[in-house]
Amino acid sequence: MISEEYGTSHSSKNLTHIPETLSLDHLEAVEPWGRASTSVSYVYRPVTEEQVAQGLELARQSGRSIGLRGGGNSYGDAAMNGENILLDMRRMNRILDWDPQTGIVRVEPGVTLAQLWQYILEDGWWPPIVTGTSMTTIGGCAAMNVHGKNAYQKGPIGDHILEFDLMLPSGEVLTCSREENSDLFFAAIGGFGMLGVFTTLTLRMKRVYSGYLDVYSQAEPDLGGMFDYFNQYMDSSDYIVGWIDSFAKGSALGRGDVHRANYVPPGADPAPSQSLRLENQHLSPNMFGVVPRSIVWLFMRPMTNNLGTSFVNFGKYLAGQVTGTKRYQQTHVAFHFLLDYVPNWKLGYGPGGLIQYQPFIPKETAHDAFADILRLCQRRGIPNYLTVFKRHRPDDFLMTHGLDGFSMAMDFRVTDQRRPQIASLAREMDEIVLAAGGRFYFAKDSTLRPSVVQAYLGSETIAKFKAMKRRCDPDELLQTDLWRRLFSEL
Amino acid sequence: MPVQKTPAARPLEPRPRAIIVGASSGIGAALLRRLAFSGYSVAGVARREKELRELCEAINTNLPPGSGPAALPYVHDVTDFEAVPQLFQQIVGDLGGLDLIVFAAGAQPAMDLHEYSFEKDEVVINTNLLGAIAWLNQAAMRFDRARRGQIVAISSIAGERGRVAGPVYNSSKAGLNTYLEALRNRLSKRGVTVTTIKPGFVETRLLENAAKTFWVISPEEAAAQIQAAIRDRKQTVYVPGRWAAVGMIIRHVPSFVFRRLSF
Repeated sequence: MISEEYGTSHSSKNLTHIPETLSLDHLEAVEPWGRASTSVSYVYRPVTEEQVAQGLELARQSGRSIGLRGGGNSYGDAAMNGENILLDMRRMNRILDWDPQTGIVRVEPGVTLAQLWQYILEDGWWPPIVTGTSMTTIGGCAAMNVHGKNAYQKGPIGDHILEFDLMLPSGEVLTCSREENSDLFFAAIGGFGMLGVFTTLTLRMKRVYSGYLDVYSQAEPDLGGMFDYFNQYMDSSDYIVGWIDSFAKGSALGRGDVHRANYVPPGADPAPSQSLRLENQHLSPNMFGVVPRSIVWLFMRPMTNNLGTSFVNFGKYLAGQVTGTKRYQQTHVAFHFLLDYVPNWKLGYGPGGLIQYQPFIPKETAHDAFADILRLCQRRGIPNYLTVFKRHRPDDFLMTHGLDGFSMAMDFRVTDQRRPQIASLAREMDEIVLAAGGRFYFAKDSTLRPSVVQAYLGSETIAKFKAMKRRCDPDELLQTDLWRRLFSEL
Repeated sequence: MPVQKTPAARPLEPRPRAIIVGASSGIGAALLRRLAFSGYSVAGVARREKELRELCEAINTNLPPGSGPAALPYVHDVTDFEAVPQLFQQIVGDLGGLDLIVFAAGAQPAMDLHEYSFEKDEVVINTNLLGAIAWLNQAAMRFDRARRGQIVAISSIAGERGRVAGPVYNSSKAGLNTYLEALRNRLSKRGVTVTTIKPGFVETRLLENAAKTFWVISPEEAAAQIQAAIRDRKQTVYVPGRWAAVGMIIRHVPSFVFRRLSF
């Protein structure tokens, strides 16, 4: 039975079908952002729309699937396509049109957030949604439908995209907006690159009146305090983000720091043209005045174990508590791009890398579910080293992770011995999340299974997406490791 | 052309993937069985189609339910050097990646002490040395890029010195040892392990043409020891271990003594 199945496809007459064009020169090792796995792909870097079409044709000719990759900041396998073709879109990075009167910008998909904010800030604009790193590309952000620390007010980035051009695997280019091809608009945003290739995207930016944000930070003694803080301030704050000390137990479970920030209102900054200048935003190359940022990860390395990070987490909480409620001003860059603050900090996690587990849970069940998850990690002896807490809102995108509730992003250090333990912990956490009516986020995922995706997305949504996939990509040319892991059986 | 199916992989629970060249009998077959039952996806490459397919089928039907096929057969003659690059690429695509390659193919025709047959010698060099180079070069190039991987080749204690019974068999194994040593020196700094396996006498078809034998072990026993060497990422391993002492002595026997010996 089995040998028949394999016998036919592996017979020698099929062996000649790999064309010369799939050159070994393009073979590269590719890692996900968290570095917990590696695979080898045929990597191509298109510069023009025509070269994207050629990439798709190459996939068709060679019988290999093709995956899309932007900044490569997805923690897991969402931008990986082992043994197949990867289109690294970062060289398609022109800003095609910018209108500082309306704040509408048209970009190619490889434009990074760093490129974008630097282009528009001096005109008094800022991207409405930014990720924790500025190295993400707009195409990648749209495909994953990313959110920021203002997700509860501004939704995901898709809510700020006006229009995009999508190249289907056939080479046909469709313009999609809320009016035109609207079903595709709501499916391709958040469609993790499975329906087509974004070739241009049009977004609306946010007006800002200063290069600074008014930031307030405060320590909260437990998880309840954390929730209360969000509930109290979410109407009046432009951004809120919480950090949880996952080592705290008992009555201190879920304690941590909260930061909220507001845009500076018009007129409040006496010299906005000065604070909006790029030089004002750039981080100093040294930390504490002397330590080059580029080597800081080396000093983190000895701390990334249970004992070390429990001290760091406790110290951070203590510092927040001692200083009480603090108010200060921070540049947009310093407030938002925390992940860029220490370059390559992920290397501090060692050769096994890290994975992130980020469930999204409705506000009614979130407190108890997160408490259960934190306690479960402690019981299993696998505490997460960095835990970030955010508030979200629902949106209209087909494959969305957004809901009226909270998310908790947890970083787990991966080592060879811990792999199976983390995988089984993730399965246990999945149960808690599903029971609480929660959702997940493909940009962060490394551990989900098809049955869990089926449970939280629902058969109807999956059927709709699969129908859309058949319409746009009948040959399943567009694939990633994540697609095969989660959807090939569904 | 339809898109080739790449197996789904789970980042935290990766299934290791291996190629065994020379998998239809002897040590290669035993190792194919062992690796498949210990969680690998293994591509078995061999010339004899019937044996290979039967072996793979026997393995796959005896796997625990739900684990999917673990042994994939690929029919190929290792002396068909031109076919190797594409077949290699095809297999790695089918497996969804590669962590380990084992070159276990070998030829040792019957030779008497006064025979100088280039025809036989050519088969030995083509199979044992050039076949290994054709396959392992492909793996080395890929592992070099990937910065990880393990290359294993079944050499022999026979590669230690040139002996009266097998000038070219000895040469092929000596050449293989040196080739592997060079690969090791190239690749160890790239995170790649190169393991040279030097078995003594193993009860395989090759043994039929050996003159005197002792300390004979079964292919299953040899495969178990080789699997341990793979797991421990060893550099050079004698199978069984006591052959290390023999190897040490043989390498140091002075030529004026060696010339007078009859083995």
